[in-house]
Amino acid sequence: MSAVEPRLLKKLSDQVMNNTIDRDNLSYAFKAQNGLNRERVQQLWSMKKEPEWMLDLRLKSLEHFERMPMPEWGADLSELDAQNLCYYARPTDKVHTSWDKVPEAIKQRFERLGIPQAERRYLAGVGAQFESELIYKNLHKKWVDQGVIFSDISNAMHEYPELVKKYFGTVIRASDNKFSALNGAVWSGGSFVYVPHGVHIDMPLQAYFRINDEQVGQFERTLIIAEPGSFVHYVEGCSAPKYQSNSLHSAVVEVVALPGSHVRYTTIQNWSNSVYNLVTKRAIAYKNARVEWIDGNFGSKVTMKYPSVVLKESGASGHVMSIAVAGDTQWIDSGAKMIHCASNTSSSIVSKSISQSGGRSSYRGLVKILPGVQNVSASVVCDALLMDQDSRSDTYPTIDVKASENAVVHEASVSKISDAQKFYIQTRAISEQAASAMIVNGFIDPFVQHLPLEYAVEINRLIEMEMEGSVG
Amino acid sequence: MIQSNNLLTINNLTTEVEGSLVLKELYLSVAPGQLHLLLGANGAGKSSLGMTVMGAPNYVVTKGEISFCGQNILTLSPDKRARMGLFLAFQFPYAIPGVSVSTFLREAYRALHGDKLLLKDYQTLQNQALDSVGLDLSFASRSLNDGFSGGERKRLEIAQFVLLRPKLAILDEIDSGLDLDAINKIADLINLTRKLNSEMSIILITHSTKFIDLLNVDQVHLMRDGSIIERGGASLIKKIERSGYE
Repeated sequence: MSAVEPRLLKKLSDQVMNNTIDRDNLSYAFKAQNGLNRERVQQLWSMKKEPEWMLDLRLKSLEHFERMPMPEWGADLSELDAQNLCYYARPTDKVHTSWDKVPEAIKQRFERLGIPQAERRYLAGVGAQFESELIYKNLHKKWVDQGVIFSDISNAMHEYPELVKKYFGTVIRASDNKFSALNGAVWSGGSFVYVPHGVHIDMPLQAYFRINDEQVGQFERTLIIAEPGSFVHYVEGCSAPKYQSNSLHSAVVEVVALPGSHVRYTTIQNWSNSVYNLVTKRAIAYKNARVEWIDGNFGSKVTMKYPSVVLKESGASGHVMSIAVAGDTQWIDSGAKMIHCASNTSSSIVSKSISQSGGRSSYRGLVKILPGVQNVSASVVCDALLMDQDSRSDTYPTIDVKASENAVVHEASVSKISDAQKFYIQTRAISEQAASAMIVNGFIDPFVQHLPLEYAVEINRLIEMEMEGSVG
Repeated sequence: MIQSNNLLTINNLTTEVEGSLVLKELYLSVAPGQLHLLLGANGAGKSSLGMTVMGAPNYVVTKGEISFCGQNILTLSPDKRARMGLFLAFQFPYAIPGVSVSTFLREAYRALHGDKLLLKDYQTLQNQALDSVGLDLSFASRSLNDGFSGGERKRLEIAQFVLLRPKLAILDEIDSGLDLDAINKIADLINLTRKLNSEMSIILITHSTKFIDLLNVDQVHLMRDGSIIERGGASLIKKIERSGYE
């Protein structure tokens, strides 16, 4: 742990603690009127100077969005008013590659989170998005020289039009679900990552997303293409200050893992509890490719997120390791999907959830094995930890096996943080709150071990803060 | 009536667990440096006494008082009682998956004795404590009691007793699950710890006469139905051995 500067952590904790006060007014280079219609989508398209095919895609997506009903399963979305959101807010006219050039007011917010410091120390590259647009992007020269591309998609569409057109929207079609359709219509910002054949990026690439204003929607779009034999670890962090009215984060993440590549995608979101977080994430894994989603969900009012891997060819493997912490008034409905389209593929899902102070967390997952597919191994492990009587945890596992000769294992457990365990720790002079945090940190330890060091420390700190005030 | 020269004074203590009486009008005083032995059949209330003194949440005191170091502790949370110098070695220690033994021990040590020690000096103490009970140092990185055998759990309880140096330790059947060699070793360790900390008091709960023979007992209490029905010096042990717990 000595590698992490305490100052950096202090900043993070201050940031989280101060979510309620960090909302002074910023001026925007452009901010669209609230509400959504064809004109607004067209306006967005022309302002972003995108190619013709993107306008078609946006408008078609809008049609899907308008046609599709709100999902009636999962978390409660009845308070989400899609017509009363701002769909596009641009804080600055330029994506900066030097931190010094980022406007001061925005810079301060990210500096509190230690973003530039982290870049110097641990990361291969950093992108930072504020509301709708990326305001900062930088990739170490070493990786630029090897042909790695780390940019926002708008920019990539101009510089690498063929590449973007070939893959954009192929993993997740606009018609996939109501919120991927919404994203297709109004997407802005996000990351484009391209890793050439055989290149191993041995430090994580990081993107940081922040919603700062009330009633703003953030709809970033991320596309990762890993060429054969390459490796990339992409890390994203999210946050927003607390407001009375709701904000919406509805991202779409597409990962194309070509033969023999290895993509690890880590998310740590710490949204404030006025944010609806409705995200679609999917990867296609080709022959012998490996895709890992590592997904940490703290905060938000409602989260619905089920990272998926389509195991398209033999030897592909998909892994999801997720953790959800649901507190008072929060409902985190998360899980994973593994679609085995080919024989000799494997998948594992480890889902851990913690519900406290009346919070609700659900695991919703799918393991699907298509007809004729053989020699698949799939495992699902869900562990839920309930901190008190008022909290709730549900499990909705679906295992859909259309073929024989496959091994599918499912285990689920719900444990209550027992008074006896807490008492045992307390008899060693450790306070009740610290005892709870200790048990919870122990519970999520298998998850934390998968994180880059600086995130692991942050998570432990987040857990301790989540526990504060949660015990009598 | 609280006698100021006693470390622990229990008066008229009555305790219920989920509505049933587990301790009934119990009196006990322990002076600094003494070793008290609690004897009695299973269900007599020996463990309940330890749990009540330590403040277990489901042990509800309906009558009486407990004072420690001259202070009423009934309103204090277990961690505050521990900070005053109380310690309970559990008959059935709990497992906490994912929390390493070393994290747990370090946090406990820090809560009791502060941050004064250099990490490497603390490390030496921790290693000595584990070593003194015959636990391999690799146990430090294992999850607390998770997958431990009964004997290993007991050894770790004693290692905590050695490391944390309480003023009053209640040792609840720490010998059960241990072989004779280990019992000898633990007895030596208790004797040595008492010698080094002459003010330290111990309340020992055990069924093993072999274990008792290795220790210097100051007072013996025989419990039945939640009360102490007979008390005396070490000579009482022989009498109870002959006539049983009744």
